Amino acid sequence: MSSGPEAFSPRNRLAVAGARATTQAMLREQPRGDVIRNTIFAGLLLAAVLIALAGLLALLIQAFAKGSSALSTDLFTNPPSTAFPEKAGYRPAIVGSLELIAGVILFVIPIGIGAALYLEEYADKSRWWNTLIEVNIQNLAAVPSIIYGILGLAFIVRGPLDLGFILAAGALTLALLVLPMVIIAAREAIRAVPDSIRQGSLALGATKWQTIRTQVLPASIPGIATGVILAVSRALGETAPLLLVGATVFVTFDPTPFGDDGYSAMPVQIFNYALRPQEEFQALAAAGIIVMLVVLLAMNSFAIWLRNRYEQRW
Amino acid sequence: MAPDETRPESARESREAAAERAGIAVRPEFQSGNGGGLREKVFELKGVDVLYSGVTAVKGVSMDIHRKDVTALIGPSGCGKSTLLRCFNRMNDLIPGAEVKGEILYHGENLYGSGVDPVQARKLIGMVFQKPNPFPKSIYDNVAFGPRILGRKDGLDETVENALKGAALWDEVKDRLKDNAFGLSGGQQQRLCIARCIAVQPDVILMDEPCSALDPISTGKIEDLMIELKEEFSIVIVTHNMQQAARVSDRTAFLMVELDAEEHNRWGRLVEYDETEKIFTNPADKRTEDYVSGKVG
Repeated sequence: MSSGPEAFSPRNRLAVAGARATTQAMLREQPRGDVIRNTIFAGLLLAAVLIALAGLLALLIQAFAKGSSALSTDLFTNPPSTAFPEKAGYRPAIVGSLELIAGVILFVIPIGIGAALYLEEYADKSRWWNTLIEVNIQNLAAVPSIIYGILGLAFIVRGPLDLGFILAAGALTLALLVLPMVIIAAREAIRAVPDSIRQGSLALGATKWQTIRTQVLPASIPGIATGVILAVSRALGETAPLLLVGATVFVTFDPTPFGDDGYSAMPVQIFNYALRPQEEFQALAAAGIIVMLVVLLAMNSFAIWLRNRYEQRW
Repeated sequence: MAPDETRPESARESREAAAERAGIAVRPEFQSGNGGGLREKVFELKGVDVLYSGVTAVKGVSMDIHRKDVTALIGPSGCGKSTLLRCFNRMNDLIPGAEVKGEILYHGENLYGSGVDPVQARKLIGMVFQKPNPFPKSIYDNVAFGPRILGRKDGLDETVENALKGAALWDEVKDRLKDNAFGLSGGQQQRLCIARCIAVQPDVILMDEPCSALDPISTGKIEDLMIELKEEFSIVIVTHNMQQAARVSDRTAFLMVELDAEEHNRWGRLVEYDETEKIFTNPADKRTEDYVSGKVG
């Protein structure tokens, strides 16, 4: 464009003004219907968020209102009692739950990571059986927990393993329940390690296993750990499968992993207290719920923190 | 391309090969690295085809790569230069369905022979990739990775220092060896990858477009480095930057895309391979001339 005098002729100025007016009109004009629809839609979405939050909030408020009177250190140290609700506590259930999740962790970490490594690093994806395994693991994660209870009863408590109604059988059952979750999380973490890292390592003369051990696994540990924590917190809250594999509702002594005189777990004990009509037991159940909620929220928060803090950004 | 067009090329190569054969009584280690016509050969390619799942990607490449030379592979996109480079350290083995036909001799030994372990081959034939790929570890651990997996743990600090000096990176990182390598700039990361490669004391370094992700200053540093490194290593570099090939290489191979009669399939073909100076000033093949003068590609 020339900047000579003709650029400022009245005709040109008129044309520029006209173009500007058109632009302004296009930018500002918004149909009223659009404004209303936008507002309604945003409102509906906000309502969805509020309903989800309200559920959690109601649970927290109710649990605190009913259970705060029963919250004390006795809760952690005293065994349950049917006769003296004011003295009753959760000690055997807490010990049982801790032993259960320890068993779950021991089982789930090597098997889960091993399965994930096989599927991601070794399995030939063009083979139909590997695709079948993959689809099945996805499906297993969605199987209702009571089914795992039946499986545990048939194969672990009785059947081939025949362990009897012991805590270790409960731990194995819960481990089977959360294993798909761990495998899926570990696979995602392993897949997130870029191929360029594997190639860089192999190009230096590392073997496949050296590459996995020194590059792929260390880089995916934060993701795997997050998955394991989330899986364990799920196992911690499960009740249904435990009822089938021998978690008795009333145990007054600290359970041992292989003792066959019964064991209990937090959710099972809460269930037991909540069934009783007396006000004091109701409060005790609510206090148990508070403890569970605090522990689960802490575990999940830790998992999220761990992921954000240590996850490798490529 | 009609087959007769390649004939002058292969004829020249066979003359060289004959000269080489005449000197075969002299064992390679007693030959001088840069002496006249009789050059020690690191790689000898004889009719190499590369196929991916049965589809030809590179066809009929025959060439010799000399010791302590920088050999450049140039050509337009899709001409198979990177594919060819990945044959030299058997990285193609990692791609399912990849197949290498013909013969690649490494110091006279068939690289694809039945007893050859690709892992062992890669210890001798290192590789630097297109995009810098440092490990998510400290600078020190990046360089120490190779010696550690090879079990060379004595004098590791010295090895790391020498490798970083060799890659012209030591002065920039000597005070922060424990820092994560991801904190380095792109050019520094690429020199770290070179340091990582030379820390295992390979015989050959393959470079796959090592500067394509870098700015001109970093590129210049890496080019200077290559000229220093060839004192010690044989280097094969793939580049789509012709000036780079002209600046750093001793010999240049020009590859081109070739189509079949129906134009359904395409593959890479070696058009001309000669002294870099000759390729850029007086190429024998018209297509090379068109490419290096910027008329095509």
